[in-house]
Amino acid sequence: MKKLLLATAATALVAGAASADEVKLGVILGFTGPIESLTPDMAAGAEMAMAEVSASGNLLGGMTVTPIRKDSTCVDAAAATAAAEELIAEGVAGIFGADCSGVTGAILQNVAVPNGMVMVSPSATSPGLSTVEDNGLFFRTAPSDARQGVVMAELLKEQGVGSVALTYINSDYGKGLADSFQAAYEGMGGTVTISAAHDVGKGDYSAEVAALSSAGGERLVVAGYVDQGGGDIVRASIDAGAFDLFHFPDGMIGDALPATFGADIDGSYGQAPGSDNPGYQTFVSLAEGFNGEGTYASESYDAAALILLAMQAAGSTDPNVYKEYVESVANAPGEPIMPGELGKALEILAAGGDVDLIGATGVELVNGGEAAGSYRVVTFEGGEMVTAEYR
Amino acid sequence: MDFLNAVVAITNLLIIPATTYGAQLALGALGVTLIYSILRFSNFAHGDTMAFGTVVTIGITTLFQSWGISLGPLPTALLALPFAVAITAVLLVGTDFAIYRFYRKKRAVPIIFVMASLGVMFVMNGLIRFMAGVKDQTFDDGTRFIIKARDFKNWSGLDEALALRTTQVLTLVVAIAIVAWLFWFLNKTRTGKSMRAFSDNEDLALLSGINPNRVVMVTWVIVAMLATTAGVLYGLDKAYSPYTYFQLLLPTFAAAIVGGLGNPLGAIVGGFVVSFSEVMVTYVWKKVAIYLLPEALEPNGLLQLMSTEYKFAVSFAILVVVLLFKPTGLFKGQSV
Repeated sequence: MKKLLLATAATALVAGAASADEVKLGVILGFTGPIESLTPDMAAGAEMAMAEVSASGNLLGGMTVTPIRKDSTCVDAAAATAAAEELIAEGVAGIFGADCSGVTGAILQNVAVPNGMVMVSPSATSPGLSTVEDNGLFFRTAPSDARQGVVMAELLKEQGVGSVALTYINSDYGKGLADSFQAAYEGMGGTVTISAAHDVGKGDYSAEVAALSSAGGERLVVAGYVDQGGGDIVRASIDAGAFDLFHFPDGMIGDALPATFGADIDGSYGQAPGSDNPGYQTFVSLAEGFNGEGTYASESYDAAALILLAMQAAGSTDPNVYKEYVESVANAPGEPIMPGELGKALEILAAGGDVDLIGATGVELVNGGEAAGSYRVVTFEGGEMVTAEYR
Repeated sequence: MDFLNAVVAITNLLIIPATTYGAQLALGALGVTLIYSILRFSNFAHGDTMAFGTVVTIGITTLFQSWGISLGPLPTALLALPFAVAITAVLLVGTDFAIYRFYRKKRAVPIIFVMASLGVMFVMNGLIRFMAGVKDQTFDDGTRFIIKARDFKNWSGLDEALALRTTQVLTLVVAIAIVAWLFWFLNKTRTGKSMRAFSDNEDLALLSGINPNRVVMVTWVIVAMLATTAGVLYGLDKAYSPYTYFQLLLPTFAAAIVGGLGNPLGAIVGGFVVSFSEVMVTYVWKKVAIYLLPEALEPNGLLQLMSTEYKFAVSFAILVVVLLFKPTGLFKGQSV
């Protein structure tokens, strides 16, 4: 027993010594729950940025970055809050995440703000997060859905679609996006025949499909997740001959969509945050052991990079100090930084220079810390998802 | 013509999907009810048992496909099903041996069993994710449709489409076959009778020389069959994903309780009550009304009783009402 105690004490000492030149970052994503198929690529994207910084040896005189993964569950605010509190207890210097808008809001208000912790989310897009009281601690590398709703409405109007049926996932994300889309679309003279909520991961969606189909519309807008509910509704609509053409916002855009539905959704459109900036291709080609084209994988890389560059610019890992520097490393002026060049960026910052992270998504922060947002419009041809344009 | 359109619209979007879903729920609820009546606890691990059986089926199906074995127009998974049932049965009997037997020996109160099953649920939850990952999987091969929506429109000349999937028919046929077999087994065979005796009065059954270990084992094997079949039929009809199967637990229990926990017939009726109430109360009747009513009476609104957010509230409202007036469920089950 004595030996065991001694050994534990020794380990603690060693661990304590090691932590002097390492900085811990929390990676809090829904590794279980409705978007569990997206999160592995997102975490890998963020950890790629951390590994790159560690390998360069340039962060604050050679500190290494250690990611600590926690599960946000995407839907359970209490579980996510508890997980974030564990991160605080483990002494993280910043939180990368969370993913879904609901749990992100919960962690921000219950953990990040009271503890003065910086949070950078790659994927929380609810418009509600723009106005929340965050003491300048919250940033996101994904644009607000207030913008996506407008982009989507414009796209549909330009294609001459006059009426749509709308279904959205019953969450902060779905509701926020559906409301902003409906307001924009009706403002342009379009008609939303029905706006029906659906829940994630339920056993059966016949009721939703029946209601949507009976209400009618030229297209079905599915503001949901491809893994959960959204995909099921599309499948059931196609099978029942209820709708032939769809419109998919970001939560639906993923490899799973063409892989599951093939040519059945030909002629449909969709959009997800994305840009034609050259950094994206660089990031995809650098991605090792994961899919760099995964939804929000590139936003994740940028989010983690922002935290680390801001620390370097501030010369401190204290969240209340480096939070002031997040916007300046993200935006012009400064030396443009592509994926894979984080080591160079750290050097420039250490020498007192200024950088402008282009990263994988061409990130620019506006409105108090959210991405300005450019969207990749996709269409489906011959069972493949192809990029139609960027806007 | 308008009348036919209305009938087709209701059949396509209401009757066919609700019947299929109801049959899947009924099979799940049968398993729950069987455990409740014979082993006397609510098995929270049932949803994950369904998932486990489905995962094994997917594995064996993939193996068969690589060997070039198939059932032609029917999904290969049907061929894999018996093997998967056997493996799931081994898991369930093993779980009983390792966990539930201990509490049975101590004559623990039912709530202890329920909590133990909660633990089993979490372990299985992790196990299936280790085995097959977290992503959606479809394993339906063979012919997907018996009647295609577009073909039906061309053939009938109606405005409304009607689609019928192979898996929907398959679900009904397999469910009916299994339920018929189960009732025959429980009522006609010696083992079935001893199971019912054990369920009615454990002490008397023991006195009359029924071997309790055998009854328990047979129960688990039958539960493995019901759960795996329910899971596979559901997965064929929709898709397999661990999260959804976990969520299936709720409607399954609702079905079992509405029908009367412990009553097999009740479980079947309960399944259909839950599925039909979910679809009908949130159905948009506008289209049907336009077809059936004279033009002057055509509605402007959607004619929807409740928006789809509330569909779960519907099945739970029915649950509450049934339990208020008939605490033992629609058919005489045990009171909860």
